[in-house]
Amino acid sequence: MARMKIDNYAIADAPRLGVKGWGRWMWRQVTSMRVALILLLLLALASIPGSVLPQWPQNAANTRAFIEQNGWWGRFLDATGFLDVFGSAWFTAIYVLLFASLIGCILPRVRVYWRNLRSPVPPVPARLDRYENRDEAETADVAAAFESARSHLIRRPASSLLGWRVRVDERPSRQEGVETELALSANGEGLRELGNLIFHLSLVGILAAVAVGSLLTYRGQAIIVEGDSFTNSVVDYDSFSSGNLFRESSLEPFRLTLDELDAAFNVQGLAEDFTAHVTLQEPETDPVSTQIQVNRPLQVDGGKIYLQGNGYAPEITVVDSDGNVAFSDAVPYLPQDGVYTSTGVVKVPDVTSGEQLGFLATLLPTAADNGETLVSAHPDLANPMMLLRGYSGDLGLDTGIPQNVYVLDESQLSPMRDEAGNVWSVALVPGQTVELPDGLGTFTWNDTPRYGAFDLRADPSLPWLLAASIGALVGLALSLFAPRRRLWLVAPLTPAAGGETTVVRAAIMAPAHDAGAVDEMRRVLDAATGRVRRVEEE
Amino acid sequence: MSPQLLSLVTLWAAAALYAIAMVAWSIRLSRVADERIQARQGAGAASSTTAEAAAPAKERVAVGGGDDAAVAAMASGATSFVVDDGDETDLPRRSGADRALGAARAAMYSGLLLHLVGLIARGLDSGHVPWSNMYEYTITGSFVAVAVFGIVQARRDWTFLGAGVTGFATIALGIGLTVLYAESTGLRPALQSFWLVIHVAIAIISTGVFIVAAVATTLQLLQYERTDGERELTGGAIRRLGIRVRNGLARWTQRATWFEAIPSAQKLEAVAFRLNAVGFVLWTFTVMAGAVWAEHAWGRYWGWDPKEVWSFVIWVLYAAYLHARTTQGWLGRRSAWLSIAAFVALIMNFTVVNLFFQGLHTYA
Ligand code: HEM
Repeated sequence: MARMKIDNYAIADAPRLGVKGWGRWMWRQVTSMRVALILLLLLALASIPGSVLPQWPQNAANTRAFIEQNGWWGRFLDATGFLDVFGSAWFTAIYVLLFASLIGCILPRVRVYWRNLRSPVPPVPARLDRYENRDEAETADVAAAFESARSHLIRRPASSLLGWRVRVDERPSRQEGVETELALSANGEGLRELGNLIFHLSLVGILAAVAVGSLLTYRGQAIIVEGDSFTNSVVDYDSFSSGNLFRESSLEPFRLTLDELDAAFNVQGLAEDFTAHVTLQEPETDPVSTQIQVNRPLQVDGGKIYLQGNGYAPEITVVDSDGNVAFSDAVPYLPQDGVYTSTGVVKVPDVTSGEQLGFLATLLPTAADNGETLVSAHPDLANPMMLLRGYSGDLGLDTGIPQNVYVLDESQLSPMRDEAGNVWSVALVPGQTVELPDGLGTFTWNDTPRYGAFDLRADPSLPWLLAASIGALVGLALSLFAPRRRLWLVAPLTPAAGGETTVVRAAIMAPAHDAGAVDEMRRVLDAATGRVRRVEEE
Repeated sequence: MSPQLLSLVTLWAAAALYAIAMVAWSIRLSRVADERIQARQGAGAASSTTAEAAAPAKERVAVGGGDDAAVAAMASGATSFVVDDGDETDLPRRSGADRALGAARAAMYSGLLLHLVGLIARGLDSGHVPWSNMYEYTITGSFVAVAVFGIVQARRDWTFLGAGVTGFATIALGIGLTVLYAESTGLRPALQSFWLVIHVAIAIISTGVFIVAAVATTLQLLQYERTDGERELTGGAIRRLGIRVRNGLARWTQRATWFEAIPSAQKLEAVAFRLNAVGFVLWTFTVMAGAVWAEHAWGRYWGWDPKEVWSFVIWVLYAAYLHARTTQGWLGRRSAWLSIAAFVALIMNFTVVNLFFQGLHTYA
């Protein structure tokens, strides 16, 4: 007879089913396993376009440009979900099917596992010589030997759940001249199976936590200039998004003030550290001063506040042609590169009379002449300079369509020109005031505070996600490393006529790669019979 | 000597020692193979299979009998002698093979020591753990691969992997020191984190384990070609090309004497599985630690950025491999190819993906 192989899940509870039931059960398992395998391969394959093609959720600007560059081909990819792979119908279909198969596959196994745990260990097979790994030793007292074997196997608490389950029978012997024999059957398969079940159930848990989290989460972005503050409410965010089950009323109205933002760069201009010193005022408590760093978010109201970016927000005052202050505020400029060459837009709609004003500015924190143009040499404000161009006309703010504050809509604006008719442009330094052409007024750069871009995100599913992940990891380790062994001991109850000792025979069944199984069998036999072996024998 | 120079000198020395170790492992392998063949011929008229099975038993007697041989066996690592499992790796230990083994181990372990010094010096030079860009990833990853093999080799004789692993490490170190080399710099704020240390360290360790497994799997696939032998050329052009390649491999492996010392495909499959299982658990941990780190640094635990996509693909492919092993008709060749595919994805993840795909992870 072929050696029985149990390195295959399909035979885990083989002894308990008839040949027909066994066949059917195995067939079902094998087919669903094959389906699981194919779905897993599909999942891997389907993910790859998500890393090759630009994706809407990751980078909308690139994706839009990609579609424009590629004509119908780009539109086709967009329509078929290739530009949002992980939200596409086909990707969803694959993982939903996979998890359906997973649940359909694991639930019956949980039932079998549970039943096995409470039903007696299968008896010792009639013949041990079928098994490859055997050993034997002599003992004078069989009953005592079996007792020590049993206590050796179940030394640990919860042993039946985590390790060996043992039964000892007295049964008629097939051996000639022996009437009854003692048979010990130990089943050490539970832990591995338990681990496997925990692992797969935890995967379901991870998916469930992610799904619930996406319904309850919210996230908002806010830019705060040094000295300013921000209140946690949907209107105060520059952008805000939330899951379908999120309710606005659940926001706690705390107040966050950015006292100072420290940015440290090394000599080459590489960022070394960003720290936002903030004051947090929660309702009905005293304000607390604290810090937010790139890897150290601030925990508040069930969520976390991250320091996501930073830059310069020059304070600018514009006086209009009538001599009234038309604009005075800090304007966040967007850094364009590693040395914080930043661009900003100043919109001045509220002039006393005449046309509205707009400005496009470039800030160079450490201006330097590279021989052709002015560039920034370092992100710190060592030699700050601002290059400015002005526009007059209609800013287009009254149309009712929300405008991007970082973009100047030039369609109804004309550039300011100097006396010679050239486009007016100046370079200025902090504290300087420049006259605008045609007596349109003045533009003053007062100061250059920093701003921080903060991101608040709350996701109540995170603790559950973490728990499920840990469950998956532990279950996986158990399912791969816990041994899967069956061990048997058989011996005649009384010594054969004339003899003083009896021979205890042992056999162990384990997957081929389980190198420790034979050792374990020998150790159990040693414990039972008090045999002393020389180490070399191992 | 400055830490930077020390690091470079010791790493180059380690690469050279690995190259020597690779040669010595190859010699050891062919010596062992020669002795197997001799033993088989010595067994006379008996059929080749029984002779092969009998050979290791005879070796044991020989070693047990002569004191000199026993001493030699102790010197060459008595532990492995005791723990040896299965006849396949029960390699005979005789002078020729032993000298090569001694040289291989000496070169490999001293290379490993210098490699470690090089890593520490690099760490001192840069002021942070030496795994924050591709150069550092390469030098640390190759260190782990050799270390994993070294640890296993101290306990049981896996000579057949030696040349592959040290060869891989030589090439990796060489490419690292020449092509990928980058002066040490400070870390970007996003990378300053306990989780960087954990996430990347475990990623490198699992990569090292997967490398050793991939060497075993490659040998396993070659072993299949060898036992299958040459086959007839049939079918279309592409099929014929495939058969030609396989026949070439079959001829080569049958002619190469050192292949005599390579264990059977089943044995290699078991070795690769054990390593892949360890690697998979570590990779699972890597992905999870990465998610925790991303949650801390970027405010989202998973964002499908290219690096994350590929980590996920690798994970799913290795999971598919583990399932394939328990699926009828997939154990053996097909699951071996799956693990090779997963390994290729792993290598892609830190070459192609680092260099050509843009995402938050572009720190290389
Ligand atoms: C989300 C997709 C899945 C993943 C990531 C996954 C992962 C894994 C991993 C890593 C193992 C190895 C553990 C071990 O060998 O004990 C495993 C084993 C197993 N999986 Fe899955 N699995 C998935 C879906 C499924 C499905 C759909 C089925 C149902 C057919 C299934 C059935 C099994 C079984 C029966 C084993 C045990 C194999 C053995 O005894 O070695 N899994 N799975």
